[in-house]
Amino acid sequence: MIRVVLPANLRTLAGVGHEVEVEVDGVVSQRAVLDALEAAHPELMGTIRDRQTKKRRAMLRFFACEEDLSDEPIDAPLPDEVQRGKEPYLIVGAIAGGGL
Amino acid sequence: MAKVRLLVGTHKGGFVMTSDERREKWKIDGPHFAGWDVYHMKGSPADPDRIYASQSRGWFGQVQQRSDDGGATWKPVGNEFKYEGDIKTHKWYDNSDHPYEFTRVWHLEPSLTDANTVFAGVEDASLFKSTDAGETWSELSGLRTHPTAPTWAPGAGGLCLHTIILDKTHPDRIVTAISSAGAFRSDDAGKTWKPINKGLRSNYIPDPDAEVGHCVHHIAMHPSRPNVLFMQKHWDVLRSDDAGDNWHEVSGNLPSDFGFVIDVHAHEPNTIYVVPIKSDSDHFVPDGKLRVYRSRSGGDEWEPLTKGLPQKDCYVNVLRDAMTVDSLDSCGVYFGTSGGQVYASADAGDSWKAIASDLPQVLSVEVQTLS
Repeated sequence: MIRVVLPANLRTLAGVGHEVEVEVDGVVSQRAVLDALEAAHPELMGTIRDRQTKKRRAMLRFFACEEDLSDEPIDAPLPDEVQRGKEPYLIVGAIAGGGL
Repeated sequence: MAKVRLLVGTHKGGFVMTSDERREKWKIDGPHFAGWDVYHMKGSPADPDRIYASQSRGWFGQVQQRSDDGGATWKPVGNEFKYEGDIKTHKWYDNSDHPYEFTRVWHLEPSLTDANTVFAGVEDASLFKSTDAGETWSELSGLRTHPTAPTWAPGAGGLCLHTIILDKTHPDRIVTAISSAGAFRSDDAGKTWKPINKGLRSNYIPDPDAEVGHCVHHIAMHPSRPNVLFMQKHWDVLRSDDAGDNWHEVSGNLPSDFGFVIDVHAHEPNTIYVVPIKSDSDHFVPDGKLRVYRSRSGGDEWEPLTKGLPQKDCYVNVLRDAMTVDSLDSCGVYFGTSGGQVYASADAGDSWKAIASDLPQVLSVEVQTLS
């Protein structure tokens, strides 16, 4: 199982707790994890990736194992620790910087 | 005893406020969708327990919500707003051509007769329709592909379609308004559109009486008199007696004719309300006084309504969808401010009371009169 941590607003929207577990067949890539997450929680569609282009929303970042994976190839395998469930895949909202 | 339900969209969530017909004591439920912009919530005239809500946030995009129990519980529904066919372009702030790009839903207008049908006005400006209670959305692309659309340019809030008026006596008629393109009318259920801006004059565009390019802020109509439309433009309050074909200014003695809201009394089609704002530079009320102005003559002659409203040190704004009227015998009028206050009048504006004082910035206020 892949562990995914969502920003607070999306946890509320999806009705889930701090972490979500998703099952991924085949290569455990960022695309595969996000596809599995959206399949399990369709209410998240469009909130992490644009509905049409599937591009990451500009104010979200993807982290794992203390690395920023946001701009890494979307189909590259995630680190072993994520694949083995030892570390979560983090979806993080950008700091507002004092914005309203 | 009749009940009144207010649907208040704010910068940080939606609130449902209820009262009996005396409108003295209010119960506030919320925030629903906490932390999100709720641009608009509106109930279906065909089924008052069916409420649609637009929830968005810069981080996470657009989410649509539906309640089937009067706002007690909510369910996310479809949020795919896909422009049909060629995307095309509109003008950007620097006058370059910018592809149409969906950003958010500004306004939801449920059908007058079918609870499963609802229209959505979106940014970048277009009109969408759902016939399955918000699960899926289809663009009525005739508006966005109007020959003038490549010349439309956004206002400070974006290129947004924010006003949708349906008319029970002309079921195929839809009136919309776009900032800052102007007003448009369809008489064939949204297939084709015509600009209805004749008589508007805007000194902030190169050709002040151009066919399009006007920053229309809001339009209101009384259902008993659908050919009479009232408009709050960026500057100027206007009136049309022929469904928008021609407009004339009715700003009269207003202290400022800049503003956002305009609404019509539920039982007096010639009684209208505006909240003058000092200017487009300042975006707060003139002289530190929050005053609703009422005209009982369909414009030109206005009286200030101040009883119960702050008359010093007040610097709030009232946004375009943040005023509404109920249909009780003594018409209730409601509005919300950028300072988080919601004011209610149970006597058609003669006196006011703050029924919420510390909400987030209010983006929209709608009311349902429940029997």
